[in-house]
Amino acid sequence: MKLKWWKIVCILLLFFTFSAGFIIKVPILGNLHQSIRNFFFHVPMWFGQIALLALSLGYSIAYLRTQNIKYDIYAAEFARTGIIFGSLGLITGAIWATYTWGEPWSNDPKQIAAAIAILIYLAYLVLRGSMTDFDKRARISAVYNIFAFFIYIPLIMILPRMVQSLHPGGLEGAKGGGNPALGGDSLDATMKMIFWPAVLGWILLGIWISNLKIRLGLIANKNLINE
Amino acid sequence: MSKPLSLKRIILSSFLSFYSLILFAQPVADSSATNVDAVMRSNDKIYVVMAVCITILVVLIIYLIRIDLKISKKEKAN
Repeated sequence: MKLKWWKIVCILLLFFTFSAGFIIKVPILGNLHQSIRNFFFHVPMWFGQIALLALSLGYSIAYLRTQNIKYDIYAAEFARTGIIFGSLGLITGAIWATYTWGEPWSNDPKQIAAAIAILIYLAYLVLRGSMTDFDKRARISAVYNIFAFFIYIPLIMILPRMVQSLHPGGLEGAKGGGNPALGGDSLDATMKMIFWPAVLGWILLGIWISNLKIRLGLIANKNLINE
Repeated sequence: MSKPLSLKRIILSSFLSFYSLILFAQPVADSSATNVDAVMRSNDKIYVVMAVCITILVVLIIYLIRIDLKISKKEKAN
């Protein structure tokens, strides 16, 4: 059995996250209690989504530069895994919000923006599915993907921070807001030591899943790919 | 020392440096219990959740590896 080194790193990091993430002592803040441990599971979903969608963007640009259909398969599969990660982020966020904000969906700016971001990427898949000519599909969806990424980043990272939000990272002075997301002292040193390996582990898992789907796509479309 | 700053080395070394955290973790489990059962029941049974999550992770990883191997076989056949 031969596994690539980064897949082994992924497995080790995830086991580290799942064990140390439960074992360490966490600071008890406000009404978070032990649910602060979600930091090792919910937050990396979004980091994973950003990484996967950025890779998707990169391969879309690579497609437009080279017209190699291989890169179109890469871009589509990274986007698909990115959507899965984002959906998991929304669902886990809603579970957590039920017990900290009082309801699963508060129409919070962060929730709405994240949902819109996922819809934009679902539209990317709809757009791909609407075309049968593979050259046309690859070119148009690559252009759309570039547009999608640059509306995605403001939606999830910039806009929610400019308004009052329940979610950590919202504007100062709001109800439950003003608590920084990743800045300052919000995360104690021990939590940081779990959090960043967790982010890397989850990102690698996303890349691994995409990698499997890409390889299947390459096998299925090998008559279209000109090496 | 051909590639002093390869991605492989950076990721592996940063990962291994985080493993020192295990040292923080041990006193928590040892102080409250002497056997597995007591450990699992300590700290509001948080370790039960840990065991459940690790079981899910183990099975998912094994499943992922099996798919990976199957695709590798198919790639070789092509």
